[in-house]
Amino acid sequence: MFGFGILSGVIFLPLVGVAFLLTQKGDDDASLRNIRWATLATTLTTFALSLFIWSGFDQTSAAFQFVEQKNWLGSGLVYKMGVDGFSMPFVLLTTFLMPFAILASWDSVQKRVKEYMIAFLVLETLMIGVFCALDLVLFYLFFEGGLIPMFLIIGIWGGKRRVYASFKFFLYTLVGSLLMLVAILAMYGKAGTTDITVLLNTDFPKEMQTWLWLAFFASFAVKMPMWPVHTWLPDAHVEAPTAGSVILAAILLKMGGYGFIRFSLPMFPDASTHFAPLIYALSVIAIVYTSLVALVQEDIKKLIAYSSVAHMGYVTMGLFTLNAQGMQGAIFQMISHGFVSGALFLCVGVIYDRMHTREIAAYGGLVNRMPIYAFVFMLFTMANVGLPGTTGFIGEFLSLAGAFQASSWVALIATSGVIFSAAYALYLYRRVIFGALEKPSLMTITDLTPREIAIFAPLVLITIYYGVQPQAILNATQASVDNLIQTHTALIDAVKLAAAGQ
Amino acid sequence: MPFFVQLAHHFLPETILAVGVMVLILIGAWRGERGFGLVDEMAVGILGLALVTIALSSTPGASVFDGAYVDDGFSRFMKALTLIGAIVSILLSVDWLQRNGLEKFEYPVLIILSTLGMLLLISADNLIALYLGLELMSLALYVMAAFARDDGKSSEAGLKYFVLGALSSGMMLYGASLLYGFAGTISFSGIAAVVSTSAPIGVIFGLVFVLAALAFKMSAAPFHMWTPDVYQGAPTPVTAFFASAAKMAAVAITLRLVFTAFPSAKDQWRQIVVFISIASMLLGSFAAIGQENIKRLMAYSSIGHMGFALIGLAAADEAGVRGVAIYLTIYLIMTLGTFAAILAMRVQGRYVENVADLAGLSRTNGWMAFFLAMLMFSLAGVPPLAGFFAKYYVLLAAVDAGLFSLAVIGVLASAVAAYYYLRVVKVMYFDEPAPAFDRAPMAVRAVLAVSTLALLGFWVYPTPVMDAAAAAAKSLF
Repeated sequence: MFGFGILSGVIFLPLVGVAFLLTQKGDDDASLRNIRWATLATTLTTFALSLFIWSGFDQTSAAFQFVEQKNWLGSGLVYKMGVDGFSMPFVLLTTFLMPFAILASWDSVQKRVKEYMIAFLVLETLMIGVFCALDLVLFYLFFEGGLIPMFLIIGIWGGKRRVYASFKFFLYTLVGSLLMLVAILAMYGKAGTTDITVLLNTDFPKEMQTWLWLAFFASFAVKMPMWPVHTWLPDAHVEAPTAGSVILAAILLKMGGYGFIRFSLPMFPDASTHFAPLIYALSVIAIVYTSLVALVQEDIKKLIAYSSVAHMGYVTMGLFTLNAQGMQGAIFQMISHGFVSGALFLCVGVIYDRMHTREIAAYGGLVNRMPIYAFVFMLFTMANVGLPGTTGFIGEFLSLAGAFQASSWVALIATSGVIFSAAYALYLYRRVIFGALEKPSLMTITDLTPREIAIFAPLVLITIYYGVQPQAILNATQASVDNLIQTHTALIDAVKLAAAGQ
Repeated sequence: MPFFVQLAHHFLPETILAVGVMVLILIGAWRGERGFGLVDEMAVGILGLALVTIALSSTPGASVFDGAYVDDGFSRFMKALTLIGAIVSILLSVDWLQRNGLEKFEYPVLIILSTLGMLLLISADNLIALYLGLELMSLALYVMAAFARDDGKSSEAGLKYFVLGALSSGMMLYGASLLYGFAGTISFSGIAAVVSTSAPIGVIFGLVFVLAALAFKMSAAPFHMWTPDVYQGAPTPVTAFFASAAKMAAVAITLRLVFTAFPSAKDQWRQIVVFISIASMLLGSFAAIGQENIKRLMAYSSIGHMGFALIGLAAADEAGVRGVAIYLTIYLIMTLGTFAAILAMRVQGRYVENVADLAGLSRTNGWMAFFLAMLMFSLAGVPPLAGFFAKYYVLLAAVDAGLFSLAVIGVLASAVAAYYYLRVVKVMYFDEPAPAFDRAPMAVRAVLAVSTLALLGFWVYPTPVMDAAAAAAKSLF
């Protein structure tokens, strides 16, 4: 395709949609309809194309596939793209969820529709690029570039405190990322290249690893977000429009976890082992503390945002156990959280569109008028809690099993988080859905429209399907995980051997 | 080499400007006030011609006029940037001058005179040529700062600039006399020879004074005090010229001076450069936060950017110079674009310059808001815009040279600076609309659009800038 491979096609296809949208003028209903349908068609085509990549993806190999490489800036920088078992699921997650984000904004976004759709399509390009980039600088370009559209999405189409939330989001992430940039430059100075495939096989000196690890940690911990740098997330979630929250929770947060798998763990093995206790500590604090914080929230979106932080705690904990269960579980948890939290934010969007409030106290007894909605919301609440039979269970169970091998204390405390999450999720569900339908404003509320059912149906099916058949996702990541663990163990053993020999 | 060969091969752009400016003065004197249009167009033509001769010059670099003047790849690169800055400044100024009743032929003449001074400065190879170029540039700039003579602020800006500029000239002369007194020569290579065997304390003193004077011209902290007032008070097109062309020349001569005259005193001047760099970045980031006037904001922003460019100089190697050259190129584009946007801020015939006047611009003028927003993101250094690559290459050089703490301070300062750039975006996109701007003249819109598109598309095809900057850096060593 013009000298580029199919991967570049997926990455830049949304920009083709943007080019089309730019030609659309006018604010009348017909052109707005054109804009919406064109955006949806673009995201669906992108998804179809990514499925095509998936069909050609060799699950048994840990190597990068669909690699394409072009000379670019000179001085060692190249345009290099490829996917492996770590990135493939995230690419699919991104392309899969984008149509839902567009559909969720179908009626609820009425002002500046064209700019809104353009921002989302640009964001999609940048997000897919993050997961496919095989050059550090290229990765950084996509990673940071995503801040611009998200800043605008929160700031223009957000709620009351949108300005505060958008600035907080942007500046928090920027500070972390800039430190990572310095680390990238230092790695370039050491290895003479920013090619990720080469850097994966580069041995950085132990002390240098420590600093590099900390710099990357600064970026990914903010993005993840880990306690105590998570405070931007509740603000951003509460103020962002529904689709913005969906993308933020489902995909942008995963960039942090992806960064840990792609860079921190394989490139700095000594430092990762060294700092694993720190990660465990922060993770269990996140799991317990933010679950408790979620318990007292008055705002539905804020509650789900805090629950996201807690769930990301399982992810970081699982990743740094560095055993097959923990890592597989963490990756699965990220994918599952992508479906589940995305769907939960969509659920909030449904009632927000009708009542224009996210206060828990404003609801109650919805089951009487919205039975389908009550079912959907219950399913995703249960998935969020980690009920067996849903994707949430697999992720939590595996990462806890991995943590138990690494440290039983960590696993013990983290498991208590499962109970807390059941507490806040069920408490939320009771207050919103059950009880008597007393509020006069709720008397005329309507159940899901066909469009909304069409949005939720695939998510419901996929959450249950992968909850029962997790093997599909686990297989995809297995080869890469095994490879990472083997390399890591070999490196650590070599270091131990050298230390013993002295 | 015979005199005329030197002139034709290595001094052609300057000759064109010098002859051209005399012709323009004659035309102006002959036609009086009516001559503005013609002089203005001819001025663009003369500067353009000089730019073309630089672009086409293929002769190898050489030192001419008995070692007073050097024509090499580095000077050609920097001269090209300076001339582009001057040409665009003239293009931006026409409409502004006409609307303010200032269409006097002296304006383009002063720009060319000042540009001539900058070219001399960039190519200076001894202390006399340095001072000559510096003063020719500065004297014209003082007059231009006060060009709107009925405007109190403009006169104040001119006076302030002149008084503080005279002070810096004094420091320059004092430093130069120390250098001459202790080194016994005025040529840069002669000084280098003296310094390489032993560095008398007097020479180091002289170096400090000269660097202070040059930091003044670059508006780097702690010699930045004039910048905010002059940027705000001077007519906006003049400010654009200050921020673009004048900066290029000042940084260029600083690079040439330290690398050709003091290569072996690296440890000494590096400390100074690191200090100036850190001070400028921090001041530029923090002091701009509270600014309401966008010209003043840009003044602090330029201080911060000079600090960032100096990171490359602190690296003190070829990669560092390449980084500075790339930085200046991209900074030039960003500055000209931003000032084009500021010149487009006109409500019902009256020019406005507060950040608040941009409120809701995305709804009253979507394209201008988009362009200015991209300029702001680029100034903040957010990828994939060109401003990121500017930062990338100076930081790369600094990290390679082991200056980790400088690099970390730099990136943290740029995160602080991002706040006020974002504020401009916020005002344009998140706030309720203020009165719409009048339709901007063609030239202003064209400069805004072209510069933004260049920044947006830089990552697609950066090779020309990269190669030219690498070649320029190479010729300095």
